[in-house]
Amino acid sequence: MSRIDVCVAACADLFLGAGEILASPMGLIPQLGAKLARLTTEPDLLLSDGEAYLLGEHGVEGWLPYRKVFDVVAHGRRHVVMGANQLDRFGNQNISAIGDHDKPTRQLLGFRGAPGNTVNHRTSYWVPKHSRRVFVPRVDVVSGVGHDRGFHHAYRVVTNLCVLDFETPDGSMRLVSTHPGVTVDEVLDNTGFPLDIGETATTREPSRQELELIDKLDPDHARD
Amino acid sequence: MRDKRMSAAEVAAELSDGMTVGIGGWGSRRKPMALVRAILDTPVRDLTIVSYGGPDVGLLCAAGKVRRLVYGFVSLDTIPYDPWFQRVRQQGGIEVREFDEGMFYSGLLAASHRLPFLPIRAGLGSDVLRVNPDLKTVQSPYDGEELVAMPALKLDVALVHLNRADPHGNGQYLGPDPYFDDLFCMAAKRRFLSCEQIVDTSELDGPPQTLLTNRMMVDGVVETPNGAHFTSCVPDYGRDEAFQRVYAKSAADEELWPSFVDQFLSRGETGYQLAVQATS
Repeated sequence: MSRIDVCVAACADLFLGAGEILASPMGLIPQLGAKLARLTTEPDLLLSDGEAYLLGEHGVEGWLPYRKVFDVVAHGRRHVVMGANQLDRFGNQNISAIGDHDKPTRQLLGFRGAPGNTVNHRTSYWVPKHSRRVFVPRVDVVSGVGHDRGFHHAYRVVTNLCVLDFETPDGSMRLVSTHPGVTVDEVLDNTGFPLDIGETATTREPSRQELELIDKLDPDHARD
Repeated sequence: MRDKRMSAAEVAAELSDGMTVGIGGWGSRRKPMALVRAILDTPVRDLTIVSYGGPDVGLLCAAGKVRRLVYGFVSLDTIPYDPWFQRVRQQGGIEVREFDEGMFYSGLLAASHRLPFLPIRAGLGSDVLRVNPDLKTVQSPYDGEELVAMPALKLDVALVHLNRADPHGNGQYLGPDPYFDDLFCMAAKRRFLSCEQIVDTSELDGPPQTLLTNRMMVDGVVETPNGAHFTSCVPDYGRDEAFQRVYAKSAADEELWPSFVDQFLSRGETGYQLAVQATS
């Protein structure tokens, strides 16, 4: 078992109890996590092929072109896992630009659907390299909206080091668990703001059955 | 019924300085690239481009055609960032209106319906409102909820690319996603549709719901085989990933770019398609 398999299982656990909603994982690790969740705890989850189809167990089960995705966003039966170039302690996320928006030092994707996602439905984040570059005191451009701005849909953050949530009185970030072999200090050293560290656990390791499923979902180990 | 066939150059000649031009497709998917390339060959400038942006935006920025860009994102999909878009942004070379992509959809829909705005939740609490200080919110007259009033994205011209069309402007998409091409047409005063193949109306076979544009939504039809290249136009062809990598590599390096222009963009659409064939 490798660290990345722990991350996949942690992403799968984002969907615990989700039921019959659309899972929209951005990036390979969240995608593997959502597929693993459907094969184990959340068989009712809906998954898109990243283009215009919903893929069921036996192939296409629905049609969801981009404009209908916006309908689902507004309808609210969706949990998206996005990336983040920057993330602050209240879960404000930046994927738009680094620096001044008028003349950025680095132009990124743009707002994409982050503002709409975060005011309409549950949103989590996947950060493949937990660092002070990403976990900043203040994001340059608020794309995804955090808890201090009146919206409450930011759910969890999974990184290569740990799992975080916002279950604190003021909705600021809390360390839920560190991955096996990772210390709390390592997380704190790589986070650019104070973290709530209550009863920090160790992130669970995937079961033997889950590891077999992950291998089947990604036989060429693109995840490593 | 009117025969609306015309050439890409004739479409490009309809543009004048300062116009607002909407471009269909999504990212690096089914972009009217032959029409975009035709614009590069004209002296038109100071355009406002409205696009779910892909390499259409990059090429127009590279040629200095863009004064203002309205977008939710600019991406080449399999390559996250378009280097030309990044460069002009980082140089502060264009004005921007950056929206949430659902707000962008609402803006197109509002323009299509001749409404001044449509209400949407997206944008609340985010910096969309900070970087677009003219955006306003409205209060629901029913329950008081505050919503963003997304203004109509009115277009002077719409450019879209579909798989098939008849000479009258009835257009058909054969891939899985219509994107927003019908809305671009309905939001615009002048609407131009390029397609892989022009066929008789009777030959527009397949499910009727694949007929995305009807002739009252289209002013001109251009046959441009491989005209979405190097973006995807499934099922006719997928994205030319190898060529897209060449584009991105050239666009990222100001020393390489002139030779890309010389090799691919300096001898018209026929020259472009021949040069592409020669590289594959």
